[in-house]
Amino acid sequence: MSKLIADTEDLFAIASKVSDPEIPVLSIADLGILREVNVGEGNAVQVVITPTYSGCPAMDVISEDLYKVFGEAGFEQVEVKLVLTPAWSTDWMTEEGKAKLEAYGIAPPTGKGHAGRVTLGMSVKCPRCHSLNTRELARFGSTSCKALYTCKDCLEPFDYFKVLS
Amino acid sequence: MNHDELDATLDSFGDALASATRVTPGNALRPEDIAVDGVAPSDEVAAYALTLGDDSLILAQRLSHWISRGPELEEDIALGNIALDVLGHARSFLTYAGLAMGKTEDDLAYWREEEEFTSLWMVEQPNGHFGVTIVRQLILSIYQHLLYSKLAESADETLAAIAAKAVKEVDYHRDHSIMWTIRLGLGTEESAEKMRHALEILWPYVDEMFLDEEIHRTLPEVAVLPSSLREDWDKEISAVLADAGLEIPATGQAMAHGRRGEHSEHLGYILAEMQVLARKHPGATW
Repeated sequence: MSKLIADTEDLFAIASKVSDPEIPVLSIADLGILREVNVGEGNAVQVVITPTYSGCPAMDVISEDLYKVFGEAGFEQVEVKLVLTPAWSTDWMTEEGKAKLEAYGIAPPTGKGHAGRVTLGMSVKCPRCHSLNTRELARFGSTSCKALYTCKDCLEPFDYFKVLS
Repeated sequence: MNHDELDATLDSFGDALASATRVTPGNALRPEDIAVDGVAPSDEVAAYALTLGDDSLILAQRLSHWISRGPELEEDIALGNIALDVLGHARSFLTYAGLAMGKTEDDLAYWREEEEFTSLWMVEQPNGHFGVTIVRQLILSIYQHLLYSKLAESADETLAAIAAKAVKEVDYHRDHSIMWTIRLGLGTEESAEKMRHALEILWPYVDEMFLDEEIHRTLPEVAVLPSSLREDWDKEISAVLADAGLEIPATGQAMAHGRRGEHSEHLGYILAEMQVLARKHPGATW
């Protein structure tokens, strides 16, 4: 450690090295779950994160990864704090994050509306062939934050990161 | 694990030795993660949070039984996801309640007896066939959506924060049960008959959900008065059932008082299965 007090921007960059264990292309900053990084006396670091879904089991792994990256960067006092408020929504995801998701093969969140008593999603673009001619197979997918879709043009199934607004 | 190792493990819990049952040390939710500004709830607020946590915990336990037993893969995953969300709500509510009692979420889940659970009878009703689970979900997800929408305005900031997060998730659960209710109600004669049967066996536990208890009345700014949800709930579920070609059944109401620790015969079996590992192997880790 060369600096007496570390720069919060540098610390944010360190925290951003941690990715979502289920979506390794997305950093926790891209995902919008990295809220703040604070530094206090003696370079004690506090990292504030928020869960995507209440039951998201990835939070434990993300916390451990945060302790690891800060430990490797030479910080001895690290605290990871979980906050519930304000509640995360997919609006917190960065544009860069959405682009990375699509490149990885997961359709990024779009929007949703209502048709009578049933909620309908806006058209979801196939991340492989970019067709909008896609169909929801199952609203609940491989993780809490995803739904399963299929493309009616290229016939490939794909994950869709659902809207939580 | 020998005795020395067990002692060392128990010691590692420090002040939380009352919490020697923490199944995944370090991974259980910490009270300071949940409570806004780390403020412990009053005994009354904790007792209220416990009722909400118990409803979610028992429902999550019931729903998770569908994992590997769903009628099709997508449904298996859907019910498993819903169970996970609901378990997440239980963890937040129980962790917060435990802050006033010096207990962790695991202490409250694994080391209380049947009469100490304050959950509603509706959540402990057996899964039955798929239609029964869907009707139970319809009843409860509409209820929880209304409840959490109001609780998000609670004077207790932590309960408001948990509810504001939960309501977004319950929105998806409600959609899921409404779509299935309509599909099965308007499906074949057999599916409609099974849905009518499901409504008949579950409806006796509806009134209890809207009973105002002492705990609600002592916390007018914090707790949502269950009776205040009834009108909107009736309106919403009647409309869904009408769309599905189904009707509210003419059944009597059970004398259910889960909030006072009086339960149906089902809860004991649920707890026996849920608690056996933690009780047989205290301090077990994996």
